[in-house]
Amino acid sequence: MTNSASELRSVVGDDQVREGEPGDAIDGVQPRFVVTPASPEEVSALMSLASRSGLRVAPRGGGTTLDLGNVPTALDLVLDMTRMNRVLEHAAGDLVTSVEAGVRLQELQGTLAGAGQMLALDGYGSGATAGGVIAANTAGPRRLRYGTVRDLLIGITIVLPDGTIAKAGGKVVKNVAGYDLSKLMTGSLGTLGVIVKAIFRLHPRPAARRLVIGQVQEPEAVEETVQRILHSNLVPTAIHLSLPSSGMGRIGLLLEGVEPSVAAQSTLAETIFGPNSAPLVAREEEIDARWSELTATAVRENGLDLKVTCLPAALGEVITTIRGAASIHRGEFQITGPVGNGILNVHLDATDPVRASAMIHTLRSAIKPGHVTVLSASPEVKRAIDVWGPLGDTEALMRRVKDRFDPDYILNPGRFVGGI
Amino acid sequence: MSVKEKHRLERSELIRQMVDAVGAQGVVAEREQLRTYECDGLTSYRVIPDLVVLPETVEQVQKVVAICYRERIPFVARGSGTGLSGGALPVKEGVLIVMSRMRRIQDIDIPNQRVRAEPGVINLSVTAAVSDAGYYYAPDPSSQLVCSIGGNVAENSGGAHCLKYGFTTNHVLALEVVLPNGEIVNLGAPTLDPPGYDLVGAFVGSEGTLGITTAVTLRIVRRAEALQMLLAAFPSPDEAGAAVSGIIAAGIIPAAVEMMDALAIEAAEAAVHAGYPENAGAILIVELDGPAAEVEHQFEEVNRICMENHAGEIRIATDADERARMWKGRKAAFAAIGRISPSYYVQDGVIPRTALPVVLRQIAALAAEAGVRVANVFHAGDGNLHPLVLYDDKIEGQAEHAETVAGEILRICLEHGGSITGEHGVGEDKKHYMPDMFDETDLATMQLLRCAFDPDYLCNPGKLFPTPRLCGEVPGPYRPHPIQEAGLAELF
Repeated sequence: MTNSASELRSVVGDDQVREGEPGDAIDGVQPRFVVTPASPEEVSALMSLASRSGLRVAPRGGGTTLDLGNVPTALDLVLDMTRMNRVLEHAAGDLVTSVEAGVRLQELQGTLAGAGQMLALDGYGSGATAGGVIAANTAGPRRLRYGTVRDLLIGITIVLPDGTIAKAGGKVVKNVAGYDLSKLMTGSLGTLGVIVKAIFRLHPRPAARRLVIGQVQEPEAVEETVQRILHSNLVPTAIHLSLPSSGMGRIGLLLEGVEPSVAAQSTLAETIFGPNSAPLVAREEEIDARWSELTATAVRENGLDLKVTCLPAALGEVITTIRGAASIHRGEFQITGPVGNGILNVHLDATDPVRASAMIHTLRSAIKPGHVTVLSASPEVKRAIDVWGPLGDTEALMRRVKDRFDPDYILNPGRFVGGI
Repeated sequence: MSVKEKHRLERSELIRQMVDAVGAQGVVAEREQLRTYECDGLTSYRVIPDLVVLPETVEQVQKVVAICYRERIPFVARGSGTGLSGGALPVKEGVLIVMSRMRRIQDIDIPNQRVRAEPGVINLSVTAAVSDAGYYYAPDPSSQLVCSIGGNVAENSGGAHCLKYGFTTNHVLALEVVLPNGEIVNLGAPTLDPPGYDLVGAFVGSEGTLGITTAVTLRIVRRAEALQMLLAAFPSPDEAGAAVSGIIAAGIIPAAVEMMDALAIEAAEAAVHAGYPENAGAILIVELDGPAAEVEHQFEEVNRICMENHAGEIRIATDADERARMWKGRKAAFAAIGRISPSYYVQDGVIPRTALPVVLRQIAALAAEAGVRVANVFHAGDGNLHPLVLYDDKIEGQAEHAETVAGEILRICLEHGGSITGEHGVGEDKKHYMPDMFDETDLATMQLLRCAFDPDYLCNPGKLFPTPRLCGEVPGPYRPHPIQEAGLAELF
């Protein structure tokens, strides 16, 4: 281990190796080194070295979802992927783009917008990278219409812990040759390999949009409104809920398409919301601000963020259950999220591990089918619970997958499901 | 226990154990009856299985697989046997597990837009079960009247509507699976984003090599408010291809965009009298769906773009009957080829859409040089070609020649950054092209996944990958596998 620093330097160059600092810690676990590779070959050499030397490694992009996962059991090396930030190809005529994993999504979107196209993902933080969004399976409200990373990622190149560089998928959307490793890597939290390149399918940017916001208060009203929308002729881009712990909440319906279509749908949406919800159709110039405000979540210092999934037809019952469980702890909380998909994010003030554990246990017992995942919590709270929840009968199989790809468990050890 | 020792078990004893597991009516052991299962939709490959079993429940599937696992007998699962890559081709001296008796739709949940179906359920039956409620199941391969959901899962089947609506993998939420060691696992969930690795995503399209699915939770889609369909005739595939590019560039993603060339049109007319325009160099069939105002707008645009690209004739379907007639020729295209040729070899290559004109010209040049006719039918929207290489199997050498030409077409696809298969799968048929698309380390990395599911290489062995590897190997120099040495798999 004593030669590690000089060995790392021999791979990436002196300037690209530094000692880890408190700001590099993941859940309070600080790495010894941070390195910034420039190419898949350098990543490969670094991983080979890490394997040989027994270094535990965490790849990092923009660092926007480092909160995800259990507390790492150990961490020696952070691979900062942000130097690998190029858009390799944008085949506009084919609606496909190939990028290095460290490309910042906001920059990528800017490039794509120039051709009237977009990567149909949202919900990621500023500074988020392609590789990070894939590894964390980040998704935002527009998933209702466009799907998530698994529906948009068509090719991938990864580096395995032993340094092997391998690719799967390709540059065409229709492709069933070989196993779909792109899907395997999606949401794998950097525990199977380091993503170095990604190929995405794109969509045309919509020409026009409308935002219709209706008021809701009771959990049943949320469920009924969502059901009416889902079973109507509307083709919404997003249905987003913002519900405080008490008082009036709102559902925002985002419609995108050509002007005559969104205009007609907006009128239909007002009818579907009904007069009791006082639907408001935002003016075009207000849409960005209103949508940001609706979909933003108040950043709470050391807060507790949960993701609850359920069947859309159970939303009323589930929101009631969440409110009941959240009242175990003091303080305000907020329920937001892409309700059309049966996904609710619960944002709570900081709480002690005992209360957090009790609340999560109550939710997990009551909400079936569904899952409760902890998106963000203090290390103390994380140590008291399993952030991912029980896996059921797939745990052994998932371990076998991990055993094959990372037999020495050097990638993000302990952070994933089942403590993988 | 090595593979070479697998037949310590006498066949009569194996039959007895299988009868015990599935009942006498679930076991086929007589050679003449076994012949029924010697191939799937790809009739050029035939292998008579040692034994066929037809389980009716997940418990029976588990018992059958457990027997195979214990006795080290390779097995292959089969749905309706309509596959076009030999994925359900039996393994010699192996067991064929036919899933067609597991054909119950277990649950229909309209409020949550989900259906749970057994693998033997016919694709179109899912739509039939929910259409009164205004829903349908989106992945619609041309064989949907006969192909099974389990087969769709194995191949990640697509169909004409997958450019807009996606493939099987975008519509499967959960899978009950019997693993090759007999374990039953539930992958995924009826709710979204279940924690852990996306094993549903890994399993769909794995061509029956990772296990056998016994129940599938599917997402159903609400029928669009409006639907419009038109057929445009063009002087040649060049103009038709340019029209497709124009449509995509206009920001329109049609529900379907299909193209047929002159030879394919000729065949379709001879077979089903679809009434396609005579003397067209190529036709486009475009389907648009969505909210009424959106469809109206897109329809105007598509019309305009077709005219700009020298469409000679544009026909608009005004009702469901006319739409069905327009689709008839396209959907019958493969079968229709029989009218103009005794045999054909269909390929399934994919190219980037923008390469369509040049690739079609390359295929035409290749066909001329090779002295064969090639008819082209394809999903123009996503670049998935189905070149049909025509030949007469009664003339010696023509079959091999056709296969060579088909292989060359695949290489052209790969040169343009495409794929060797868009929807039919690799199976037996295209496994020796895998090294043209992926290198050794890519294939070895994919094998890591297989080793997690099927370390003993019992589950549909010999398919998908050209060279089986022992699990526990790291990527490196090739060593032959016992199954290969036992003559059950060949090295290409």
